[in-house]
Amino acid sequence: MILDSKIPEGPLAEKWDKHKFNVKLVNPANKRKYDIIVVGTGLAGASAAATLAELGYNVKAFCYQDSPRRAHSIAAQGGINAAKNYQNDGDSVYRLFYDTIKGGDYRAREANVYRLAQVSVNIIDQCVAQGVPFAREYGGLLANRSFGGAQVSRTFYARGQTGQQLLLGAYSALNRQIAYGKVKMYPRTEMLDLVMVDGKARGIVTRHLITGKIESHSAHAVILATGGYGNVFFLSTNAMGSNTTAIWRAHKKGALFANPCFTQIHPTCIPVSGGYQSKLTLMSESLRNDGRVWVPKAVGDNRPADQIPEDERDYFLERKYPSFGNLVPRDVASRNAKLACDEGRGVGTTKLAVYLDFADAIKREGLDKISQKYGNLFEMYAKITGENPYEQPMRIYPAVHYTMGGLWVDYNLMTTVPGLYATGECNFSDHGANRLGASALMQGLADGYFVIPYTIGDYLAQNPTTRVETTHPAFKEAEAKVQADVNRLLSINGTRTVDDFHKALGLLMWDYCGMARNAEGLQYAKQEIRKLRDEFWRDVKILGVNEELNVTLEKAGRVADFLELGELMVEDALNRNESCGGHFREEYQTPENEALRDDENYTYVAAWEYTGINQQPVLHKEELKFENVKLTQRSYK
Amino acid sequence: MAGNNPNSKPMNLTLKVWRQKNSQAAGTLETYQIKDISPEMSFLEMMDVLNEDLLLKGIDPVAFDHDCREGICGMCSLYINGRAHGPERGTTTCQLHMRKFSDGDTITIEPWRAGPFPVLKDLCTDRSALDRIQQAGGYISVNTGGVPDANEIPIPKNIADKAFDAATCIQCGACVAACKNGSAMLFTSAKVSQLAMLPQGKVERKTRVENMVAQMDKEGFGACTNIGSCAAECPVGISLENIAMLNREYINASFTSENV
Amino acid sequence: MSWFSKTFSSSIGRKLVVAVTGLFLCSFLVVHLIGNLQLFKSDGGASFNIYSHFMATNPIIRTMEIVLLLGFVFHIYQSLYLNRKNNSVRKVPYAYNRPQDNSNWSSRSMGLLGTVILLFLIIHLYNFFWRARFGEPNMIDIEGTGYDDLYSVVVQSFQLWWYVLIYVVAQIALGLHLYHGFSSAFHTLGLNHKKYTPAIQKFGAFFSIVVPAGFASMPLYFFIQGLLN
Repeated sequence: MILDSKIPEGPLAEKWDKHKFNVKLVNPANKRKYDIIVVGTGLAGASAAATLAELGYNVKAFCYQDSPRRAHSIAAQGGINAAKNYQNDGDSVYRLFYDTIKGGDYRAREANVYRLAQVSVNIIDQCVAQGVPFAREYGGLLANRSFGGAQVSRTFYARGQTGQQLLLGAYSALNRQIAYGKVKMYPRTEMLDLVMVDGKARGIVTRHLITGKIESHSAHAVILATGGYGNVFFLSTNAMGSNTTAIWRAHKKGALFANPCFTQIHPTCIPVSGGYQSKLTLMSESLRNDGRVWVPKAVGDNRPADQIPEDERDYFLERKYPSFGNLVPRDVASRNAKLACDEGRGVGTTKLAVYLDFADAIKREGLDKISQKYGNLFEMYAKITGENPYEQPMRIYPAVHYTMGGLWVDYNLMTTVPGLYATGECNFSDHGANRLGASALMQGLADGYFVIPYTIGDYLAQNPTTRVETTHPAFKEAEAKVQADVNRLLSINGTRTVDDFHKALGLLMWDYCGMARNAEGLQYAKQEIRKLRDEFWRDVKILGVNEELNVTLEKAGRVADFLELGELMVEDALNRNESCGGHFREEYQTPENEALRDDENYTYVAAWEYTGINQQPVLHKEELKFENVKLTQRSYK
Repeated sequence: MAGNNPNSKPMNLTLKVWRQKNSQAAGTLETYQIKDISPEMSFLEMMDVLNEDLLLKGIDPVAFDHDCREGICGMCSLYINGRAHGPERGTTTCQLHMRKFSDGDTITIEPWRAGPFPVLKDLCTDRSALDRIQQAGGYISVNTGGVPDANEIPIPKNIADKAFDAATCIQCGACVAACKNGSAMLFTSAKVSQLAMLPQGKVERKTRVENMVAQMDKEGFGACTNIGSCAAECPVGISLENIAMLNREYINASFTSENV
Repeated sequence: MSWFSKTFSSSIGRKLVVAVTGLFLCSFLVVHLIGNLQLFKSDGGASFNIYSHFMATNPIIRTMEIVLLLGFVFHIYQSLYLNRKNNSVRKVPYAYNRPQDNSNWSSRSMGLLGTVILLFLIIHLYNFFWRARFGEPNMIDIEGTGYDDLYSVVVQSFQLWWYVLIYVVAQIALGLHLYHGFSSAFHTLGLNHKKYTPAIQKFGAFFSIVVPAGFASMPLYFFIQGLLN
């Protein structure tokens, strides 16, 4: 298989415009003859579904939640980047492009990233027109802030809940189309297989989570917008239901999976408190704008924070990175927190935490000002931990937050399966090995509002309007397969719970394929995951039947997929003998413990082909060509 | 292992949980004993522990809605000890922690109860009625593209802030659950006021409020009698003022819109 | 359905009727209270009897009586309708419920309070209004003109402890009804403003104490006087 990224010819700045001109258009009268399936209703899915319906296509949208408005985009806090340069501080499309490429440690495609920066400005216009209440200045114009280490203020925000407000904007657009009858919404419905007819994606098989009904849906194209797979680690900042099932089953049907090991660990999360912990809560990294990160200088210093004098504290980020200080990118901040804890200088009862201290900021700006800026975050922290962050420093620790890897897509966001698209977090396309803060929302909406509506037309225009009935053998076969999988799970009747397996997998992934990895550990993890997977299929305990709301059965299906994906992540991490962005191989680091890239050998996207269970997947490489930026060692000193 | 308070002692609790096989079946409160609950646990983590326990005993785990567990997706519900989202104000069930309870407590856990929220199983209810209210008009009719530059519409900061306050609704349905009348006015009013306050939303304000109120009534929610339980129990603090604004918008629209 | 009936059969429209009629009934309470204050005049009931005669014969007052009746009818009908509908929403009640943690008893009990007031109204009308309008008049002479001596009826009625008790209980119910109802009516009308709402709420509380207290003072006054004599 040759991976054709279909990057348009011509200068970087003109590629997208040229491409939009070159794509084939679907005649307006013909659009209603095409059906499109959109799986997932987060930013990428809801925006795509609404926009495609506005254009005239018939859309079927699916989500596992009870309402499309609950997709996990809703939990994004910080903001959304756009190259508006409203602050006159030197931002531009090119700068946003450059920052994203550099932030991604040069493992993303130039053309995609440039397009992302270009359409970022349209996103803000669109959202404001929908009534999204972004923060404003007293003059009534939009406010911006600098975010996640960016040197310009290009982040638009809506208090600490930008994700919710943007999603509600997309949700409202979706609702309008549902009311018009152009979108048929299927909530509480989970995609369990992709259906291909004549080598093209033509539909999906779903299970209704309340009735257990297994059903087929046919279309001319399928868009997956199902988010990230961070829950492979069991503990992550993802929602409890976030899963890999849709993309994993598409992967098993032939869609290549790119850079699966690129995982983002977010530095400012509330630390784990016990074995019962079900998820981790992120606090916006805007906290690092004013909070100072430190640990005691001495190993094993058990004094409470207020009893450790100033000269016995190590503000390690400020010490190591004088110019960026506490605002270094996420991967750097996370790794340094881990290093401090590994040295035995962690704080709290678990010793797996570092302090984020606002005492100086409160002294400098006053309690009111700090409370205005971070009041809701402080409140959330207090609720969860029972501690008052105004009086004692917060304790934070990194947690899995975002997965840069995902289904491989070309410039049109089409996977290697014709007619199957992947948008938002579930594709691999724009963030390379590390995503910048406030860029996930940007990518989700860029894909959904402004990219896929053009590129999918190009595909549809070249395909007949003929519909495939769901009585087609391909659908029947997929339904039977799904039913068989369900039956198999229900018939095991073992002794260990699904969560038990999930936790075991998560621990393996976190310890060996988390913030730092090495070949030996990865080899070990690969063996262990296989063992665990075998045991799962032998010994998992699921009660009840398919024809009911069966939460354990749902979870089991998802964990079964995580148990396969986890192995691929390990495989990918083993293959990439370099450190870059969120992928830190301990063997490859500079003397100062910074990530050491190997541009000569690994400037490529690793796209994996599924070959069967317990089989070695096949690696396909898409070489990355950097024609506009020069590859440099990231330095935040 | 406790995260921050080494003195926190594990608790033993009695749970009375509503069990109902499906929407047709009759339900009943079942009593379960649960041991060694850490005060650092969230309420839903306590439910996880219960479910693991039940599962290993061969009893069907308790179904309850939840997803983000960060208090923002609005999927969690639960009527805990007579209160929507439990005893702590301004908090969703997922953000409620066991340190709010004491060793030996009995905790009664019921689903949201309202005709338009039928129970699907145990503690899960169908809240799609709220989606349908939104579909009736909770949007500004703009297509993607072809919109003015974001800064062409200046919005006074105080208006933007007020609109934001209304926009924070997470659609959990606690307002309906807590209301003696099972009214969805606070929910509906949040969206109506948000959009009516913003210049972008003023264009369709009359038709919007008429349609959303009509849908709200059609779904079978009760009428508002200004009791205020809704706002008191709202986990994100949606203000009762929004209901006054909805009334104003509705009265104005009814008498002045061109929709006959 | 016409826009008009659609509006007034919607939940908000019905509440609007309750609010508007409620405020109208509040204005009646004020007029009624001021008029009845003449009971306290130490002239052996002359002013009160003249006032009652005026109220019973003046054509404008008689017309307003019908409007008032309609006000009551609409207020009661729509409240009953909404109450029945609202009570039917929650088919399965909560096994354990603590509404006292989130709202006032009076706000939740408007139906009950209204019923108490309605029962009182029937007794009250039967004893005074009915008696004055359709009963056998007991004519007395005031400055050369004959008047029905309603004053004596009032004084006699308020010698009975249980009758006074009914009045006092009813006025407490009215006070609680008004405590919620007064500001709630403004809320329903959509009249909510940072500057004025606090004042409306304060005035509502004042109104809900002063008006019922004024009414209750009459039976108490005559009862205590009766005891002293």
